[in-house]
Amino acid sequence: MSDARSNILARLRAGKPDMPAASEPTQIPLAGWDLHERVRQFRKKMESVRAEVHVTPRESWLALLRRLVAEKQISTLLYAPDGPLGEALFQAWESPGESPLIARSETLEEWKEELFFNVDGAITSSRWGIAETGTLVLWPTPEEPRSFSLVPPVHIAILEAGDIYNTFADLIEKEKWNQRMPTNALLISGPSKTADIEQTLAYGVHGPIELVIIVVTEEN
Amino acid sequence: MQQRVEFHARADRALHNPQIRSNFRYAMDGLIDKRKRSFPDLDELNRLRLRCAEIRVNALSKLPELLEQLEACCTKNGIQVHWAETVGEANRIVLDIMNRHNAKLLIKGKSMVSEEMELNHYLEQQGIECLESDLGEYILQLAGEPPSHIVAPAIHKSRQQVAQLFKEKFPDIPYSDDVDRLTRNARHILRRKFYEAPVGLSGVNFAVAETGTICLVENEGNGRMCTTIPPVHIAVTGIEKVVEKLSDIPPLLSILPRSATGQHITTYFNMITSPRKPGEKDGPDEVHLVLLDNGRSRIYEDQELIATLRCIRCGACMNHCPVYTRIGGHAYGTTIPGPIGSILEPQKAGLDRYGDLPTASTLCGACGEVCPVRIPIPALLNRLRFERVRQDHTGVTRGQGSQRDPWEARIWKGWSWMHANPAIYRLGIGLAAGLRWMLPKRLGAWTRVRSAPRLAAKSLHKLAREKGLDHE
Ligand code: SF4
Repeated sequence: MSDARSNILARLRAGKPDMPAASEPTQIPLAGWDLHERVRQFRKKMESVRAEVHVTPRESWLALLRRLVAEKQISTLLYAPDGPLGEALFQAWESPGESPLIARSETLEEWKEELFFNVDGAITSSRWGIAETGTLVLWPTPEEPRSFSLVPPVHIAILEAGDIYNTFADLIEKEKWNQRMPTNALLISGPSKTADIEQTLAYGVHGPIELVIIVVTEEN
Repeated sequence: MQQRVEFHARADRALHNPQIRSNFRYAMDGLIDKRKRSFPDLDELNRLRLRCAEIRVNALSKLPELLEQLEACCTKNGIQVHWAETVGEANRIVLDIMNRHNAKLLIKGKSMVSEEMELNHYLEQQGIECLESDLGEYILQLAGEPPSHIVAPAIHKSRQQVAQLFKEKFPDIPYSDDVDRLTRNARHILRRKFYEAPVGLSGVNFAVAETGTICLVENEGNGRMCTTIPPVHIAVTGIEKVVEKLSDIPPLLSILPRSATGQHITTYFNMITSPRKPGEKDGPDEVHLVLLDNGRSRIYEDQELIATLRCIRCGACMNHCPVYTRIGGHAYGTTIPGPIGSILEPQKAGLDRYGDLPTASTLCGACGEVCPVRIPIPALLNRLRFERVRQDHTGVTRGQGSQRDPWEARIWKGWSWMHANPAIYRLGIGLAAGLRWMLPKRLGAWTRVRSAPRLAAKSLHKLAREKGLDHE
């Protein structure tokens, strides 16, 4: 197939049209909100695509989580014991009998069946958020793999308010993404949806049916 | 010529099908409205369009270098890059990968390039099952029909038609024409397939040369499934989809979903930079990227037509096209319909095959006005109308001059000769005015709903002279 490669490149080089030299790029004004406004925008945009957003002070997020899990009748909640939330989650439910938490440290292949058909929900941390579009940004890790936010019907994400950037452009520039792209970077804005039948929105096609976000703030 | 007859027959059939007319009208009106509402600030829209056009022009101006850079970065990250000059080669590359893994099922996310390759047909002949997992594409696969829109492939189907189809194919599932119910049923059916499939296939929305990253835009999560769960992921793309820098992505991601469906962002933006790394618990062990030329490098050679390759496949041009809205996507007979299809497909397959498509336009200009990367589609349609009849064999477009009609050519020759000879011109105009009573009152279909045009007794020239206007 290296023939195809050199043929294509040779054709492109031979036929290269004269393009005008790149001018100064057109500037696009970017939002410059403060923290409070970022949280508000994030919430507004997320709720417009039917995600459930809770903003809560640090000391009460676990209680809120317990309540949500009970209300939604989630009896198996996948979590990452070694992830950033592991410790706190482990202590959130007093008796092991009440705790919905389950953990799997195997590779996907070793417990695929269970993941696909027997897990009610998964909880993950979020790396960042984007206010302008109401977006969660995940860089899945060995502890919190990609499938956590994809396969179970409910995805609960914990987001630190201070990690919300104004825009995607701002985020990738300040965090220098171009120097350290992970295996998979994900922008998630709402639960899975489709409009393929008569342009009518329906939620929960192949990804999570529900997306629940707890934004943790330092204010009380 | 055969193709011409077919195109006209298909367009005619569509025009006489009230279901198609109303399904498209309804859907396009909705999409036009949603797009408009998602760009409340026209100044922002204009800047964004300028920026996105610059990004695409910049990428095309460095295309060979960027493709090499993309390949080098992908390879370094562990993604295997393949090059294909033709769809035949691309299909064989996919087949080889399937065979190497002894895989009999390919689960597919939405990919217009795989449609261009007719990959499903090819693999099925080799005994490999291909399953579409995008809901719209899945519905069409059940129905045995091609897509009629690049963003909303099953737009020509009504809810009831989809419900009927499910009833026929899955008699065990209780009938429902409720959209939520239908969606949930599809979720259950396809879930098992994601679980089983050994290989997943996806398209590519943008490929970033700087980092070797494949970007995918989607709402359903099937794209993430296809690229996360099966042990092998194959991404197929046209060579034009590359952009230079990661910082080129935010403006494109901002304009694409808004232009397409009026969403401020899609549910998922999935950026893939490598296969599963040691220690990671999921993700494919192998990721392949197939770069397909199939005529693109020929389009690349023409200073003007190269703009075709800027397209980011948002579908806005078709949503706003008065012709597309009336005849629907199938009438075009091509993978990509609508205004972009009418400039792209004849260049790929040749004007001898699709030479009629550039005429399927009123040149109203709507497509060019909404295009997020400012492709001057009307100008390119005009250019191809010229290419289809030109005879000097100097252009690069395949099938050049193939639609030339000697009678038409003679008439235009006469017309330009007459306009270059004032005496003849005056004589002709005088004659036409004198004989205007001879013009028929009925002119076929035209006069069925209109009155016949009448020549004025005095020409504009004459009136102007009488008024004392100087012709200089
Ligand atoms: S030509 Fe422009 S408007 Fe049409 S699909 Fe491509 S990018 Fe969108």
